[in-house]
This record gives sequence, structure tokens and C-alpha cells, in this order.
Amino acid sequence: MTTVTSTEDGKELAPVRTESLAALLVTRERPPRPSSLSTSLTFGWRAILKIKHVPEQLFDVTAFPIMNLLMFTYLFGGALAGSPSEYIQFVLPGILVMSVVMITMYTGVSVNIDIEKGVFDRFRSLPIWRPSAMVGYLLGDALRYTIASAVMLTVGLALGYRPGGGIGGVLAGIALLLVFSFAFSWIWTMFGLMLRTEKSVMSVSMMVIFPLTFLSNVFVDPRTMPGWLQAFVNNSPITHLAAAVRGLMAGDWPAGEVAWSLGWAGLFLLVFGPVTMRLYNRK
Amino acid sequence: MSTQASGLAVETAGLVKTFGETRAVDGVDLAVPAGTVYGVLGPNGAGKTTTVKMLATLLRPDGGEAHVFGHDVVREADEVRGRVSLTGQYASVDEDLTGTENLVLLGRLLGHGKKAARHRAGQLLETFGLTDAAAKQVKHYSGGMRRRIDIAASILSTPDLLFLDEPTTGLDPRSRNQVWDIVRAVVAQGTTVLLTTQYLDEADQLASRIAVIDKGRVIAEGTKGELKASVGAGSVHLRLRDPDQRAEAHQVLRTALAAEVQLEPDPVALTARLAAEPGDGAADRAARALAELSRAGITVDNFSLGQPSLDEVFLALTGHDTKDEVAA
Repeated sequence: MTTVTSTEDGKELAPVRTESLAALLVTRERPPRPSSLSTSLTFGWRAILKIKHVPEQLFDVTAFPIMNLLMFTYLFGGALAGSPSEYIQFVLPGILVMSVVMITMYTGVSVNIDIEKGVFDRFRSLPIWRPSAMVGYLLGDALRYTIASAVMLTVGLALGYRPGGGIGGVLAGIALLLVFSFAFSWIWTMFGLMLRTEKSVMSVSMMVIFPLTFLSNVFVDPRTMPGWLQAFVNNSPITHLAAAVRGLMAGDWPAGEVAWSLGWAGLFLLVFGPVTMRLYNRK
Repeated sequence: MSTQASGLAVETAGLVKTFGETRAVDGVDLAVPAGTVYGVLGPNGAGKTTTVKMLATLLRPDGGEAHVFGHDVVREADEVRGRVSLTGQYASVDEDLTGTENLVLLGRLLGHGKKAARHRAGQLLETFGLTDAAAKQVKHYSGGMRRRIDIAASILSTPDLLFLDEPTTGLDPRSRNQVWDIVRAVVAQGTTVLLTTQYLDEADQLASRIAVIDKGRVIAEGTKGELKASVGAGSVHLRLRDPDQRAEAHQVLRTALAAEVQLEPDPVALTARLAAEPGDGAADRAARALAELSRAGITVDNFSLGQPSLDEVFLALTGHDTKDEVAA
């Protein structure tokens, strides 16, 4: 039985071939259940395909960080460190941390868009390891963070940034930043599932991320701040992370700050991971 | 093919889901025989989608029980997910990806190897007449193509139970017929299909048993024949040439059809609702009534025999029409 149809635009749409459909449906055995690693990587592949089809989304991880870097280096450089080229030695790792942590918030937005667009429930109805869809988003995002880091370092080097830690130190700094961002992003997956619209996810994210990144040691030494603010800034996860990345890139081994950063990362993962999965299962 | 001891693909008892104050599903009992198409018929907001989402493990019931092939949808959700597939507006495919990418993605998630997933994707696209669109992003597909890729995505691994939530809403008649052909082919291979729809004729075309849902409750359930018998066989609409003949026509029709005949606001129009009578088709009775009218010298300008519409089914079963539902 075959039927011929045409779409609205008048183009002939090929008929559905019910005989071959019947042949396709005959096999009923299912392949073995895929591993959690395999499904997570498959979702990561989906995120990469989306970058391929919608390359505009890379704007967030290229133009935005470059703008940050140029703006803050030349705006504050003269006043804070005597000259922009002096200041960039201090500020680049910080701006790198700030920019990458800021772009983590797009994770929540993309989760929310998927729910809106209607692909989400198909994933949820699959017999797979439950967190793999979420881990997949974050794997795709890890690629975006890597691109952002590479772009900023390239521009930074051109502007005169000279990391004392060499390639090893720089890579260690970026690795720590990626691990932290992966863990931190579970806050956004939670909001992506919890809030109703893309806009509300965006505004809540802004309200968290702006104070968190600015009230840190990214731009200035906290010792210049009033005491009550120092209390907050010195204990902020972003301060620890920025100090650790700065140290690693400069060739030091800031063990304490690295431990603090990893500790915070573990805490974010342990708190917001389960909350995200609870929302995901109950949505 | 899977046959459970009970022979039921889906069994629910007193299923309840509330959203705040609203009881979206208010004690639904269903028994869907394996290997058949089961229609769940009801207007917007009746609770069809909520019921399907609970059966597909996407929503947790607030009360009652539901089993799919004997597995509890809450306690054994993973077993259920391994047997079912779902297509609805909310369980679609990724618009940013191409047809091929979507099918390969889902094939991989179901555990097919890279090569096997590509192969199956290619076969499905060809079968569904989408080979030319395989490399296009799904957001550029027409409505009919979109529905095809949605269904293709649901049968990447042949499911034992396929949920089709309003698969033809918004489609033109031609695309709708094609979706129907696909459903028939799927069920012919032994997959149970649970179909929700707002259209009586769709349930009529495809389903062997139908449950009518209204305000979260099953208000009628049975075979197509049983259901139709409860609402009548359809309505005859007549327009006469001469309004002065209407009173006489009214008499003739009442005797010939043994049915209630209504005078419409239009002075030349009449409507008769036919009761269902086994062994005597509505069309035969209408033809006899027409012959009687012409023997009485009454000229009929326009005549139509309509199947009972969903509105009429609802009116008959609930005493209110479907439009009341939308606000509820």
C-alpha cells in the first residue's frame, strides 16, 4: 500500500513504504543496554552537532571573553597596576575564570529550551542511565569552555601576558577551571529544570553570577576592601579558584587554593547534582 | 511478541494526577489488550496527555496504579521504558539536528553500534520517504514530514507498546491518511498502539476499542460498535426548496426514520438524529426516508448524512459539548 502526497510548498513528498516498514519492524530484539559512559558521550556528541549547526552560539565563548579581557585590562590597568601590560599578568587568569564561570549559565538556558521545544521527554522516556542527558550537556559545554580559554589565552599572549608556569602551568590552570565549571554547572541544570521560561533562567543566573564573580579577587587584591566585604570575598569559591588558577599559571603550586577549589566543586556536585536529578525524574 | 499472562499491554486502576487544585486525571481505569490499537478519545484538557505521560513514566501518578506489560510504572520504570516508545508534541526530535543525526543519536542511545545505528537510520528515512530531507535540519520540515520523523524515531527499536499522543492534530487530510497507514503497519507487526485523539473518525479508523475521557474520567469504554450504538448512528441534515412543506416533511421523516426530528432556525432546514440499529445501516434508512419524501411530493434541495461527530458523542455522553472543556 503506497500513497503519494505533497507538502504545503507543492514539492512531492515521497510515499511511505509500508512493506519495507513491516520488514523493519520484524526484528524485535533490542541491542544490549548501553553503558552510562556511552550514553553520556552520545549526548555530548549531540551538543557538538548543535554547535556545528548553530555556530552563532560560539559568540558567547569568543567575542564575549575577548571583550572582557580588553575592557578590563585597558580600563583598570593604568590605575591599578601602573600599566595595562603589568596588570594583565595579574588579571588574565582572573578574567579567564570569570568569563568561563559566567558562560556556564547558558547550560541552564539550553536545558530549558530543550524542554520547551519538546525533545526532552523523548530522552526521559529512554531506558538509559538517568543523568546522562545532563552530563551530555556539560560535556558539550566543556568543549565551549576550552574554546573560550584558548581564545582568551591567545589574545592575552598577544597583549603581553607571559605565564611563568609555561605550558604545563597554563594547562593545569585550565584543567582545574574546567573541573570546577563542570561541577558548578549543576546549579544551572537545576534552574533550567525548575524555572518555567528561558528568560527567568537567564535573569536568575545573572543575579547569582554577577555578584559572585565581581565580589572576588579577580580584579583587585581583597586587602583593599572593607572588612565585611573581605569576609565574603576571601571565602568565595571564585576567589579560591582564581587564586589557584593564577598560581598554577604563574608556575607556583598553590596546594591550599587548589584543594579549596576542588572542595567547592565537590560540594556543588554533591548538592546540586542530586537536586537536578530529582527534578529531572519528577518533572 | 510479548504476551503477558493477562494479555494486557496496559492496566490501570484508579489512576490520579493532580496539578494544584485541578484533578487532571481523576481515577482512570484502562485495560488495553496487547496487539491492538486502543483509542483514547477526548477533547483538549480531558486528561489524555497526562494519562499517557504517566504510562510512559514521565509523570508520577498521585494515586492509583498503572502497569505496562505487568511492570509497575513507578517501581519498575526502567523495565517499562525498555518496552515502550512515545511520540507526542512534547516528545519529539531535536529541531537543530538533521533527520539522519536525530535517528542516529536515538539509535546510539538505545544501544545500537555506530554502524548499526547509521544503517537503521538510513532504512527508516527511506521507508518514510525522507531520504531527500535526511541531511536537512528538522526545523525546515513540513508538518507531515515532521510527524513522520517523530514516528520513525519511536520505532528505532521496535517497541512492544507505542504511545501516539494526538499524532495527526494539525495535519492536512493527506498526511493524516499516511500516518494512519503507518499505524496500521506497526500494529500488524504485533506492536500494541495506544492512540489519543480528538477525532472520532480517527479512533473509528484505527482503534478496536475506545475509551472516551472527559474531565479526567473515563465516561464510556467499549468496542467501536458499542460506543457508536450508545450515541446513535449519525445525523441526517435536509434542506427543502419550499419552507411551506417543512411541517409535512417533519411528519414524513418522523415516521420513516422513527427518530427525533428537529426544526432548525433556517426555515427550510431539518435535522434528524438516527438511533443505531444493528443490521440496518443509517444510509439505507436515510435513503428510504428520501424516497418517502419524494413520494409525498416534497422537493429536497440538499441532503447530507453525517457520522456522529465528537461533539455529538460528548453531548450524548455528558450533556455538554467539547468547547466547555477548553476553559476547564
